[in-house]
Amino acid sequence: MKRRAPICLVLTALVLVATGGQWLLRASASGADIPSAAQSTQVDATTQTAPVASRPEVPPHRPRGHHPSVATGIADAHGNTTAVACMTCHATRASDLDNGAAGGTPKTFHQGLAYAHGGQSCLSCHHSEDYDALRLADGRKLAFSDAQKLCSQCHGPQTRDYLNGSHGGMRGYWDKSKGTRTRNTCTDCHDPHAPAFPQLTPVFAPRDGAARQQAERDAARVRNSTQPSAHE
Amino acid sequence: MNNPSEQPVETTEGGGMTRRTAIKALGATLGAAAFAQAIAPLTEWTENMTMDEYLQKHYKELSPFDLGVVMSRLEAETKAETGVDVHIGDYRPQPGVKFGYALNLSICVGCRRCAQACHVENNHDRPSGNSYIRVLEMEKGSLDLAKGRVNYDKPVPSKDKFYMPVQCQQCDKPPCVSVCPVEATWKESDGIVVVDYNWCIGCRYCEAACPYHARRFNWTKPQIPPEEINPDQGYLSNRLRPQGVMEKCTFCLHKTRQGKLPACLEACPTGARVFGNLLDPESEIRWVLKNKRVFVLKEDAGTRPSFFYFFDE
Ligand code: SF4
Ligand code: SF4
Repeated sequence: MKRRAPICLVLTALVLVATGGQWLLRASASGADIPSAAQSTQVDATTQTAPVASRPEVPPHRPRGHHPSVATGIADAHGNTTAVACMTCHATRASDLDNGAAGGTPKTFHQGLAYAHGGQSCLSCHHSEDYDALRLADGRKLAFSDAQKLCSQCHGPQTRDYLNGSHGGMRGYWDKSKGTRTRNTCTDCHDPHAPAFPQLTPVFAPRDGAARQQAERDAARVRNSTQPSAHE
Repeated sequence: MNNPSEQPVETTEGGGMTRRTAIKALGATLGAAAFAQAIAPLTEWTENMTMDEYLQKHYKELSPFDLGVVMSRLEAETKAETGVDVHIGDYRPQPGVKFGYALNLSICVGCRRCAQACHVENNHDRPSGNSYIRVLEMEKGSLDLAKGRVNYDKPVPSKDKFYMPVQCQQCDKPPCVSVCPVEATWKESDGIVVVDYNWCIGCRYCEAACPYHARRFNWTKPQIPPEEINPDQGYLSNRLRPQGVMEKCTFCLHKTRQGKLPACLEACPTGARVFGNLLDPESEIRWVLKNKRVFVLKEDAGTRPSFFYFFDE
């Protein structure tokens, strides 16, 4: 502390000499090099980053409530999407186990549902007597909101990792004494009918020196490989 | 007292070396041309400095009162420059906390949302698209970082590839810290390696010393449209940086020292990232270290990272 004071003075004097005193004048005009709002609009559009979402672009499959519903794909007179409760049809229709047997897509109802989840049938996971519910392997009913329990019957390692905080996106606090966190569940990211994680388009292409250098190296490699070699 | 020959040339914990002795020592060992080169940023960017800024003492030596004064000054300067009201906090390491970070390479899909979140959270320069995270696209079966590609643009994950995000490893033996001639960068008790932007002279020795290319240099004054500035700032982390200083990942200390998760983890859609307190045996990061086969990057560099990678079995 004591030793620092004379050093600061020496350095200040040095800088004053080096910059011819302009520095003191510039100090009062600080902010001159700050981009104006008009300039900042020229910033490349890819850097106008939206708030970051913690979920991928996967349709969430989370029927909720006592009477879960599915989208009909038909808009009403006002152009709003419409949904129909599962029980509207399933209360009167008998189960059709052959409709979209493992691997195919259903032929009559639920057409277009792309199914790719091992050799299951609808009723492996949906309850045959209560379509408002899911079905555990032992036949017990399970609410849609507890779907994770159903998944965990087969996906043990993922469940173990999830329970230990190393699978699935989350937000909030690492220190649970200071705050809570929100976590995705299985069906936020995995479509239960085709659960493989989809390919995503990478965001935020790098533009720093390393990326540029690499692009140059890549280009050089392409150039070299297209040149005839000496032996040809 | 002021005879430089009495000053220790070796840097010591707590600061035996000052800017002036450092500059003298540099001048003696590098020769005049290299010396001029080394102090060039100093003479250049003093043009934009205020007197207060120039005379500000090293962050570690400031009393809480002085530090309050510094924070208010920086807040006022930001307001004057950008018109944005920001809060600059002085977040200190918490006792009993040492941060660790682990990344599951089996889960990471290489979507780069972590790099983007870092860019937004930490008030990075917009034109250069700066971020503390680089995601390398790697050939399956090889851990050769030199073969990793950063500028991939096809949908991910691609077949036969895996993705390896690299950021500061917050080493326990940080080579970047020991090469700094003015102690503008140091390691704090929770493991985070920080830079005091008001003390850094911009010599870039640390950038060269880091085996992970984790440090970034501000060649220009970072530009951010005022409406995109993140106003929740830390003195040692995401406050607006001046020109000519080094910066690096701080594990988002303005968030994590308040118990929150870092921005890159919150943005990760897959849960590839695990963050927590290495000193808490019940923490998730400890569970990973105990139950997964973790490894560190460039172990032979002897840097002892606090950042771990693992694959699922
Ligand atoms: S956001 Fe997650 S999945 Fe995407 S690149 Fe980063 S670590 Fe990998
Ligand atoms: S990764 Fe680089 S910047 Fe981070 S502590 Fe290690 S040497 Fe320093």
